[in-house]
Amino acid sequence: MSMTLFLILCLNGLQYGMLLFLIAAGLTLVFGVMGFINLAHGVQYMVGAYLAFFFLQLTGSFALTVLLSLGSALLIGLLLEFFVFRHLYHRSHLDQVLATFGIIIFLNELAKVLFGPTTLSIAPPELLSGSIQLTETLRYPVYRFVTIFAGLAVAVALFLTVSYTRTGMLIRAGATTPEMVSALGVNIQKLFMIVFGVGAMLAGFAGVIAAPIFAIEPGMGDNLLIVAFVVIIIGGVGSIGGAFMAALLVGLIDTLGRSLATIVLSAVFNPSFANQIGPALASMLIYILMAGILVFRPQGLLPAKGGA
Amino acid sequence: MKYHLRNTIAAMVLGSTLASAAWAEDLKIGMVVTLSGPPAALGQQIVDGFQLALDEKDGMLGGQKVDLIVEDDELKPDVALLKATSLVERDEVDFVVGTVFSNMLQAIFKPIVQSETFLISPNAGPSTFAGRNCSPYFFVTSYQNNQNAEISGMIANEEGFENVFTMVPNYQAGRDNIEGFKQTFEGTVTDEVFTPLGHQDFSAELARISTSDADAVFTFMPGGMGVRLVNQFANAGLSESMKFMSVFTTDETTLPGQKDAAVGLLAAGSWAPDLPNDANQAFVTAFEAKYGYIPGSYAMQAYDTANLIDSAIAKTGGDLSDRDAVRAAIKEADFTSLRGDFSFNNNHYPIQDFHMLKVVKRDDGKFHTSFVRTVAEDYADSFSQDCKM
Repeated sequence: MSMTLFLILCLNGLQYGMLLFLIAAGLTLVFGVMGFINLAHGVQYMVGAYLAFFFLQLTGSFALTVLLSLGSALLIGLLLEFFVFRHLYHRSHLDQVLATFGIIIFLNELAKVLFGPTTLSIAPPELLSGSIQLTETLRYPVYRFVTIFAGLAVAVALFLTVSYTRTGMLIRAGATTPEMVSALGVNIQKLFMIVFGVGAMLAGFAGVIAAPIFAIEPGMGDNLLIVAFVVIIIGGVGSIGGAFMAALLVGLIDTLGRSLATIVLSAVFNPSFANQIGPALASMLIYILMAGILVFRPQGLLPAKGGA
Repeated sequence: MKYHLRNTIAAMVLGSTLASAAWAEDLKIGMVVTLSGPPAALGQQIVDGFQLALDEKDGMLGGQKVDLIVEDDELKPDVALLKATSLVERDEVDFVVGTVFSNMLQAIFKPIVQSETFLISPNAGPSTFAGRNCSPYFFVTSYQNNQNAEISGMIANEEGFENVFTMVPNYQAGRDNIEGFKQTFEGTVTDEVFTPLGHQDFSAELARISTSDADAVFTFMPGGMGVRLVNQFANAGLSESMKFMSVFTTDETTLPGQKDAAVGLLAAGSWAPDLPNDANQAFVTAFEAKYGYIPGSYAMQAYDTANLIDSAIAKTGGDLSDRDAVRAAIKEADFTSLRGDFSFNNNHYPIQDFHMLKVVKRDDGKFHTSFVRTVAEDYADSFSQDCKM
């Protein structure tokens, strides 16, 4: 395997990790702070991608599209919280799973009704459509680098907000003792709403930046949701830092594993056996990692301080 | 008033008896296709293609009014089985048309053919029922699954590709397509790469492709995977240095998402929207006018299926009670196929021409596959000799 291939794999792993982080960040806050299981979080990613498609057709400008999509994703998150999720906080986890699963089905079908069942795609913005020549024949799109930096920027902003602002302090306090925070005169309902809205917006943002690389189709967020849950379990529920670390870890392991598993196995076994086993093993790697974490460090890699 | 009411009731009773009498005369066709989830577009094409044929004949096939019952198998074998058995047992349909996917067909096959109801597949053509397990009640109007990949192997030979990089999703159909390709391809397969089903990011695979010494890539990436692969292939700048051949990857269901990135890519198939024959041109024009999109092979196969049933019923004079006569009438395939030559083999799978196709952009900015040349004439599948029929 050449150095270039390894480099590309690492870049892809980072990029996948950033995408996972954007989704997992909201999920871990909602799950950690509110103790609320939101299966519909993955569908917000799909909503973001469709919003990007819609606004790009409407405006023709990518910058405007990002802004409008973020605003709409936030709004949709807040509306869902107000009309549906708010009434579920005090219900059992099973009720939450059922209700949010219903939302997945509803929004997936809605996307199909509005945009049709065929796979859609959008072009990356003109400014970032260039690519870097890596080898004689292979180019790496600039847009992909930009998504890594966008994810990093969001991670830093989120970390600063949660660690150093008043709202961040309340979020951390609300995660441990919501009753106490409420008794001190803080509107915990409003706090939850903000957390929820921002979480939805981040997942939507992931959808927007992923739309030009991957295709837009109904149900595109469903698989990512499962991986996002793996990320928050590995990182520690409710911990932004943990989600960041775990997302990068999962992104790198998954991407490298897929390419290396077959190569490594074929060094030991015969090629056709390696070809059979390699892909299957590669897709199990992150779950094996999660199982290991659950056994040896059940609180996660970087657990939230005092968290449940 | 009382008298009036009695009359009304009498009229209603009479009316409903008449209606049910008329209903009993109807030809009942049950359709089991996938209409939910990402592959819903394929099932929708089948429904649209079949409906277009029905509309052109004023809702009648072989002179009989058709009662079409469309069911969604949700791409779940248990759901498909449930829907199929209820079509056969509760609705007592005369024909079942389905499915899109081979694993759905495997789920519904047994109960339908055992009830001696004719099952016609407008798309799925697994090898399972082409050989030893062929059935007198089962017909396929599309192709045998391996054939398109076998034709791709021939195309690779004709185009002079010596080293080909193959990549498919890691499941049965993916592995079947690689096998089919290797069966006819005479050069060297440099790599066999298996990606997960629903793969998102192909850049690692593209990196391997660029460092391999292959002249061409052969792939089978249906649906959203194909859209992502083709777009990423073009973005990585590989389209200039390497040929791209595929089956079910660049078709009319994925081209709206691939657009310019797919232009010039090669495919294998038994049909293209611009296949030069009058029936086909009329079909494509009528289809686009009605549904607003360019039909793919799925719609064409469903349209052919409706015309096949039409021809068979006309031949038997509408009498469906003699199953052997109905079977013989279907087997004759005495209808104008949009593909031109079309006949059934002894295993009830088609014998037809296969072509090399190329993606083109039409003057109005829409994309479709285009007929280049015929690669194999009257091509039959390689399982038919195992079928004792």
